[in-house]
Amino acid sequence: MSLFGEVPQATPVAVFKLSNDFKEDANPKKVNLGVGAYRTDEGQPWVLPVVKKVEKIIVADNSLNHEYLAILGLPEFRSSASKIALGEDSPAIQENRVGAVQCLGGTGALKMGAEFLRRWYNGNDNTKTPVYVSAPTWENHNAVFSNAGFEDIRPYKYWDAEKRGLDLDGFLGDLESAPKHSIFVLHACAHNPTGTDPTHVEWMQVAEVMKRRKLFVFFDSAYQGFASGCLDKDAWAVRYFVTQGFEMFCAQSFSKNFGLYNERVGNLTIVARDSDNLKRVLSQMEKIVRVTWSNPPSQGARLVAITLNTPELFAEWKDNVKTMADRVLLMRASLQAKLQALETPGTWDHITQQIGMFSFTGLNPKQVEYMIKERSIYLMASGRINMCGLTTKNIDYVAESIHETVVNVQ
Amino acid sequence: MQVCDLLSWWSEVQMGPPDPILGVSEAYKRDTNSKKINLGVGAYRDDQGKPYVLSCVRKAEAQIAAKKLDKEYLAIGGLGDFTKACAKLALGDDNEVIKSGRNITVQTISGTGSLRIGANFLSRFHTEARDVYLPKPSWGNHTPIFKDAGMQLKAYTYYDPKTCGFDFQGALNDISKIPEKSVIMLHACAHNPTGVDPRPEQWKEIADLKRNLLVFFDMAYQGFASGDIDRDAWAVRYFIEQGHNIVLSQSFAKNMGLYGERVGGFTVVCKDAEEANRVESQLKILIRPIYSNPPMNGARIAATILNTPDLYKEWLGEVHGMANRIITMRELLVANLKKEGSTRNWKHVIDQIGMFCFTGLKPEQVERLTKEFSVYMTKDGRISMAGVTSGNVGYLAQGIHAVTK
Repeated sequence: MSLFGEVPQATPVAVFKLSNDFKEDANPKKVNLGVGAYRTDEGQPWVLPVVKKVEKIIVADNSLNHEYLAILGLPEFRSSASKIALGEDSPAIQENRVGAVQCLGGTGALKMGAEFLRRWYNGNDNTKTPVYVSAPTWENHNAVFSNAGFEDIRPYKYWDAEKRGLDLDGFLGDLESAPKHSIFVLHACAHNPTGTDPTHVEWMQVAEVMKRRKLFVFFDSAYQGFASGCLDKDAWAVRYFVTQGFEMFCAQSFSKNFGLYNERVGNLTIVARDSDNLKRVLSQMEKIVRVTWSNPPSQGARLVAITLNTPELFAEWKDNVKTMADRVLLMRASLQAKLQALETPGTWDHITQQIGMFSFTGLNPKQVEYMIKERSIYLMASGRINMCGLTTKNIDYVAESIHETVVNVQ
Repeated sequence: MQVCDLLSWWSEVQMGPPDPILGVSEAYKRDTNSKKINLGVGAYRDDQGKPYVLSCVRKAEAQIAAKKLDKEYLAIGGLGDFTKACAKLALGDDNEVIKSGRNITVQTISGTGSLRIGANFLSRFHTEARDVYLPKPSWGNHTPIFKDAGMQLKAYTYYDPKTCGFDFQGALNDISKIPEKSVIMLHACAHNPTGVDPRPEQWKEIADLKRNLLVFFDMAYQGFASGDIDRDAWAVRYFIEQGHNIVLSQSFAKNMGLYGERVGGFTVVCKDAEEANRVESQLKILIRPIYSNPPMNGARIAATILNTPDLYKEWLGEVHGMANRIITMRELLVANLKKEGSTRNWKHVIDQIGMFCFTGLKPEQVERLTKEFSVYMTKDGRISMAGVTSGNVGYLAQGIHAVTK
């Protein structure tokens, strides 16, 4: 008898299964519009030129070794990463009330934040504090918070399927009716999976309600720079909330904007009321880190730190980021134009109105299935496509396929 | 700037105490005494007291750089080339477990990450027993890891402070009383913090003692203890041979000097390949909400070394070299203590194995050693032999003698 005789087979994580199925598909015309990773116009992964440069610098530096980082990570990474999110001249930074924890990717940053909140927010070990995630949201948000012990994870209205845009009234309504002190996970920019972000005015309305009702602000910032091509523009919401005096968390990922996916480079930026509170918070973060991974991996953080702290490299990075964002914008414009030219039924403005890596096409599950089975075009059941999977070579095939699908399948 | 509220959300958050082990290094850094010695963290140092980047690691890095690989996400379970080699290293190339595919090995965030995934897995699926039995004493971080994962901690006798050696009878007595299906943690080699390991015939008796305990091996020092990879994995392999389906944590922090790259593995030895598949699917479900997938850099270095014959050979030589330097330092320390005039029995310093030495010093003596001599170590009297050099061993002996005479 095995101790693990009763362990059930778990269902595979959808987005990775999609990639697997794509790999096994023999159709030469196949297109992968699944996993959120940038691709060049040749459909290839892209190691940023600045990253290659900095890797050479690291290899050549004999003073570097593989020693443990501090529990909270590489100091020059943490501070420069927080500056990226909050701005060089952020008053909160100047007031010494901003700290950070280097984490394993955006996931790791969310995880650390969630674990801390469960232990120390709204009482001690209050697992009943409601956690609100957008409807829809990144599929791992739910699991991160529930694994941290939160028992009550709820959706807040966000995506309006009918009008294919933000359901602002629903969003504000859920903020008004949420129990006080509820935690809200907000997407800083380039909402995943819808690509639909609130406008500045809409963010201001959200902030007003959250302040009044004492709701906790937890930003997920996985695409800074990637959305508009401009770091500051993409950080507007995060910075606005800081000016409004919130104590908040911001989980940052450098997977996409640095193309460092597998190095697991993330940062949990913490904005506290003052430096004393910050100090105590960080000391407790250390305890959580210690029982999870002890200290974070050095390579990726070192790479980012060198880049952000060296003016010419920083400029080059911003340029690389703009290259990626621009290609996505081009694909959006092309796809929309082609669908319009084909006179595909429905409206397709949302493709160019949405922002970032993803687009919520509006295709329903049956249509998605058709795309996969009949056209070998792989996308998520939600209708989400990764714009980076589009290239000048496959965009016609994709546009025609969407057209055929919408016409034949309801 | 407007304020939401006059109070902070975090007013009630207490200041956390410094980590007992990592806190030592931080205190060391602040000390301005030029003779200071850091014998806290288990990180290897060469005879100049400097971190040592293995030559095979540098070569592997150069090879990897030349390949111009992409940075796409790894699978949740990590780099296949790494996990396969990791299992082979622990279990032996020809192990029947690997041949039959009845192990699942996932890449983890070094040893800590491996223990944590293991703890989470047991907490979720090993519902018949909540108790984890640790040797007394054990690595300081074992307890908080298992506790945080929802397990209960108990202990079995292990270290004999009278002899500074293994309390074999005490261990057997305690282990024989452990309730069936409980989890028992065994340090595969180079016990941390004591450096005291059972002898093979003692391991045999332990393996035979209770058939229905879930054995969790922590192997953080394979190669580092005796200098021989296979010898250090002997206990792990013996238990499996005897029919224990173990779980195993491995770290490459020390034996490859990859500390900050966070390279580790977690293995579950299952009944068969079908079960291994189910277990793998559940491990992925556990990993995904923590960090999604593991970091590439260190795993790729380790895989390159393990899978390239001349690099592997070079690595074995370097591990052997590190272990030998430690053994030499043990001998030197004892010789110097005798020279200082110490009449105490320091035989255990030589008998103990691996990076750590349980000196037998009491907390008050440790405190004096730190305050008066700037020698940094953990309160339990543990010193990292890796921090001892031919340059500082004399001063160290002076200090130890001064606080123990």
